[in-house]
Amino acid sequence: MTDMASLMEDRAKPGTPKDPRKPVNWDSPDIARRIKKRYGADRRFKMYGLVAILMALAALLTLGTSIVSKGYTAFFHTYVELEIFFDPAEIDPDRTNDPAVIGRANFDGLIKQNLRNHFPDVTGRSELRQLYDVISGGASYDLRTRVMENPSLIGETRKVWLISGDDFDMLNKGFIDAGGEEASRRLSDAQVGWFQRLVADGAVEKQFHKRFFTGGDSREPELAGIWGAAVGSFYTLIITLLLSFPIGVAAAVYLEEFAPRNRFTYLVEVNINNLAAVPSIVFGLLGLEVYLNLMHLPRSAPLVGGLTLALMTLPTIIIASRAAIKAVPPSIRQAALGLGASKVQTVTHHVLPLAMPGILTGTIIGMAQALGETAPLLMIGMVAFIVDVPGGVTDPATVLPVQIYLWADSPERAFVEKTSAAIMVLLGFLILMNGFAVYLRKKFERKW
Amino acid sequence: MAVVTARAMTDGTSAQAPKMAVRKLDLFYGESQALYEVDLDIAEKQVTALIGPSGCGKSTFLRCLNRMNDTIDGVTIKGNVTLDDRDIYDKAIDVVQLRARIGMVFQKPNPFPKSIYDNVAYGPRIHGLVNSRDELDEVVMTSLEKAGLIKEVKDRMAEPATGLSGGQQQRLCIARAVAVSPEVILMDEPCSALDPIATAKVEELIDELRSNYTIVIVTHSMQQAARVSQRTAFFHLGKLVEVGDTDQIFTNPKDERTKGYITGRFG
Repeated sequence: MTDMASLMEDRAKPGTPKDPRKPVNWDSPDIARRIKKRYGADRRFKMYGLVAILMALAALLTLGTSIVSKGYTAFFHTYVELEIFFDPAEIDPDRTNDPAVIGRANFDGLIKQNLRNHFPDVTGRSELRQLYDVISGGASYDLRTRVMENPSLIGETRKVWLISGDDFDMLNKGFIDAGGEEASRRLSDAQVGWFQRLVADGAVEKQFHKRFFTGGDSREPELAGIWGAAVGSFYTLIITLLLSFPIGVAAAVYLEEFAPRNRFTYLVEVNINNLAAVPSIVFGLLGLEVYLNLMHLPRSAPLVGGLTLALMTLPTIIIASRAAIKAVPPSIRQAALGLGASKVQTVTHHVLPLAMPGILTGTIIGMAQALGETAPLLMIGMVAFIVDVPGGVTDPATVLPVQIYLWADSPERAFVEKTSAAIMVLLGFLILMNGFAVYLRKKFERKW
Repeated sequence: MAVVTARAMTDGTSAQAPKMAVRKLDLFYGESQALYEVDLDIAEKQVTALIGPSGCGKSTFLRCLNRMNDTIDGVTIKGNVTLDDRDIYDKAIDVVQLRARIGMVFQKPNPFPKSIYDNVAYGPRIHGLVNSRDELDEVVMTSLEKAGLIKEVKDRMAEPATGLSGGQQQRLCIARAVAVSPEVILMDEPCSALDPIATAKVEELIDELRSNYTIVIVTHSMQQAARVSQRTAFFHLGKLVEVGDTDQIFTNPKDERTKGYITGRFG
């Protein structure tokens, strides 16, 4: 009030300069032009934003369509229906019904014998070998499982759908041109002819390819599945989460709530931020040196992969958690302290629950990052060709992005669609995780 | 005119020993001094109002009384503060227990984002003041009753406290403080965020609480100080300028600065 009063006094004094400006004419063309210019700038700014979003959407759409259009065919595979005589002489000559005996039987030979029966005109070693390629080598395992589950099949004749070889699958899907030069494709004219005869008989069908989702990796594209890599990713992420979440949150709580503000904590802070920017391959090298060479942990194992990715995820979690903790209003801490809560009680009862949505979001983003990480895992040997689905964290394993890398690197035409399909599976997991993050944020969000 | 020491005036007005006594309190934020040799007695079961212009150190002083300044980095304190003749800055004093004995209500209502019930029950729970669920229910009900809130919230105990109006939230904070059964309640401008009706309710409440608790209130409103307090202390530039019975301070201040402030000539 006093300031205002003194100002008034000043103005009352003689000789105080008057406002030198002329009165504004708000209707002048000058002002009109300025206003027009301002609205123009508004419109342009809005347009830039819109264009940016449209470009991003277009890029996303292109990526999506390219992956889906290349990959969706991998979810289906060509099967060939053959009449199979479950010859007791081949499977169980002594009629023992002993699973061990049945298990040892030569189902591959059974399939070949039935193929020969189906194409009696095919003779000669090399021609027959070409004929056998129609059915995948993996079909004999399917047949064995079938007989083991139902031994009464022995001696019967049944029509059975058998998985075809990858080249015939490609032919059926139109990726191999049946009309082209023989030399330019992987199938001979004779093979194409047999296949077309099967098609004419109605013995060829595209069926849902369950094996892609349940199998491990394989050199044969038709037998290769994503499950091994998915389980490897799962184990790796579990290890990463178990390590990086508690350590990250504890570090964030300490730095925000307990640490004194001095040069040392400042140094720690700066280095955590730097760590977030370190290229992931460096973490891989560190993992290689420390976990494999120094601590002699098993190579190619999710345990080591998880440990390495935990190093990489830690800074992300710490930074996100610190931001979330900082966002909790100080009045809440004061309220708790004022009631006589100890510092730890204040943190565990009030600050952490309120910061949890932010912490969880940061953690899931960190985990999603870890799920898509390839480079550090190459360094610790998770790039190996592994057929078995891992049964634990110390079994050799690979992960989804590495699997994609491996398949993209394979020469067979059939791996092209597998690669895209694997990318779809990986993206599916990422979308799922991000959706979960959004759900958690909504669920735990509280207003104050 | 010379500053009349707080001690000299305290002697004339309260015969019994003060609940809290502050002697030669200096407080520094790092290098800069915020409080200079403050001497003040706080009488039991009375309302003591701290008034003064913004930045005069009255809130800082209030926070010394339950050691809330401990939580701020770089604060150093000299002099001593006693509660029932025991130094609260003594090493043997547990600050957690101290704050249970000296409750605090803040400027902005700050209920926990939990249910109304859990807000009030929090103090008794962490201090282990109750043995059973029934006992806790009883404590929560009495505290809400004391805070004059029971009628408004008794059917919505499980609802979030943040859904209450500002005035109700502030009374909930008072109930929360009362639930720990403190001996002293510190209030830092408890009505500054409230409308006049809510303010009137809180003031009425303070008057009722006086029969059971010793209350120290920081306020910007001189009318409020005049209405609710029995004793008033005037702070200026980190110094305690004058303290005395509220009637005397407002009708017959001894210091020129006090007179200037209460008549609105500076501040």
